[in-house]
Parts: sequence; structure tokens; C-alpha cells
Amino acid sequence: MSWFRRFCLEFWGLFVDDGSHALAILLWVAIAIFVLPKLLPDEWKGPVLFLGLVAILIENVSRSAQGSPKQ
Amino acid sequence: MEWIHAPAVLASFLASLVEFVEALTIVLAVGVTRGWRSAIIGAFAGAALLALLVLAFGPSLRFVPITLLQLFIGVLLLFFGMRWLRKAILRASGVLNLHDETEIFADQTAALRPIGGFHATAIDAVGFITSCKAVLIEGAEVVFIVIAVGATGNMLLPASLGALAAGLLVVILGLLLHKPLTRVPENTLKFSVGVLLAAFGVFWIGQGLRFPWIGHDWAIVGLTIGFLIAALAAVRIAKSRGAIGFATTSSL
Repeated sequence: MSWFRRFCLEFWGLFVDDGSHALAILLWVAIAIFVLPKLLPDEWKGPVLFLGLVAILIENVSRSAQGSPKQ
Repeated sequence: MEWIHAPAVLASFLASLVEFVEALTIVLAVGVTRGWRSAIIGAFAGAALLALLVLAFGPSLRFVPITLLQLFIGVLLLFFGMRWLRKAILRASGVLNLHDETEIFADQTAALRPIGGFHATAIDAVGFITSCKAVLIEGAEVVFIVIAVGATGNMLLPASLGALAAGLLVVILGLLLHKPLTRVPENTLKFSVGVLLAAFGVFWIGQGLRFPWIGHDWAIVGLTIGFLIAALAAVRIAKSRGAIGFATTSSL
């Protein structure tokens, strides 16, 4: 059974390696599904979804780099 | 095939290339330490098991409503692509060490080397399972990428061809060289694939939510360029932040 557990963990690791990064993406996608359609005109929804994800990526990379002991 | 299929073929080829190189490294390590018989039979068993899983679950995709499928695949692609992109940015900026196939090969061979040698004609259980698992896991990633890139836009054939070309290339090089493919610029590939998969992910989420994209399918190209610019900027930011973090730590 440990073989199967390791397989599941490795499969989970394909999508998630930094919990805060994954959580931020999930929250932003949830906002895109439930909130953005009520707030924005149609043509803005896609670009705002994209810009939010770029902001999440840059914030996470910046925070990871600052907290890193390497360099 | 039209040239609008090029991003799908490219994304599938590059992503699959990385996965096949990783699988090859482990299969080679098994071959060297536990015998080629176990390594090759294990690899074929992994591929066969994967084919069975695809045959069992693949047709069920047809029964999922298209918008739900687009949204679900878009979210998975986004997680997969953003994870690769984040790691590739941190590696490119020197915050994380580069992925080193030689080092992984050395670690794997050290961990797998049996005490007292092995029988070249017998099937070794450890070697068989290690090889089988490597092909199954890396192969599952390839299948996921092909489905995610191709399933929702009639691009399954171009995406499959891209993955097939990558697989053939790695198998041929593996047979010729008999050592890990260390000269594959893995981080550059992961960076490029991360950009492409994140762009596809955002596009499919938008399609699933019925967001109208400017330029329709061509929006994928715009999103790819957007993610590329953002990722290159992120590398610069990570380099400068890393240097500030190091200076602060050093002065304490």
C-alpha cells in the first residue's frame, strides 16, 4: 500500500509544490468564477484573470527569493 | 494540420521531452545497477499499465460537458504550468539549484546498487518496480499534458504527435548513448513549457467560463507572450530580491 501512497503523493506533487502559491491560484480562480462575472464587462474578464495570475506568480517568486538562504 | 496547431505541438513536444528524459535517467540507473532485463521489462510494464489506464478512462471524457471539461482541464493546466514556471524562474535566477540529470543518475545508482551484484538473467523486483514506476509516473504526466493541451480544441492529434516525436527522440538517443541526456537544457525547456501551459490554462478557464477572448483562438499567442514577459521580469525581480535577502542575512 505504501507504493500506492507514494504514487498518489508524487501525482499530487505534479500540481502542488508550494502550498501558498497553489492556494492563491485556487482563490483567484474561485474569484474568477464567482465574482468577476458580476463586476466586470465581458471583454475585461479574460485579461483581468491573466493579470491576477501574473501578480500571484511575481509575488510568490519575489517572496521565495527573499526568504532563500542560497545566492 | 494548420499552423494554429503549432503551440499545441510545441507545448506537447517540449513538456514530453522533459518527462521522457527524467524517465530515461531512472531506467538507465536501474539498467546499470540491477540489470537491463529488469529495467526494460519494468519500463514496458509501466507503459502497458499506462496504456490500460488511458483506454479505461480516456473514452469517459466524451461524456463530460464541454464547458466543464474546459474549466477542469484549464485549472489543472494552470496548476501544472504555474508550478513549472515558478520553479524554472527560481532556478534561472539562482535561488534554486539547477536540475542535474548526472547528479540524479549518480544518486539513483548509489541507492539502487545491490550488495553482492546481480544476476543479469533474473528479474530483480526492486529494479522492475523502480523502472515500472518511473515510466508510469512520467508517462502519466505526458498523457495529462497531451489531454490537457489537445482535448478541448480538436488538437488531440497534433498534441499526440508532439509527444510521440519527443518519446522517439529520447528512446533513440538513450539507445545510442546509454547514459543520461545531460545536455538537454532542462530548465530552459521547463521555463518555456511553463509559459505555454500557463497560457493554455488561462485560455481554457476563460473558455469554460464563457469569457470572450479578443482574437478568439489567437488569444493563446497573446497570453503566451504575456506570460513570457512576466516570467522574464520575475527572474530579474528574484535575482535582485535574492541579493537583498542575502545581504540582509550576511549582515546579521
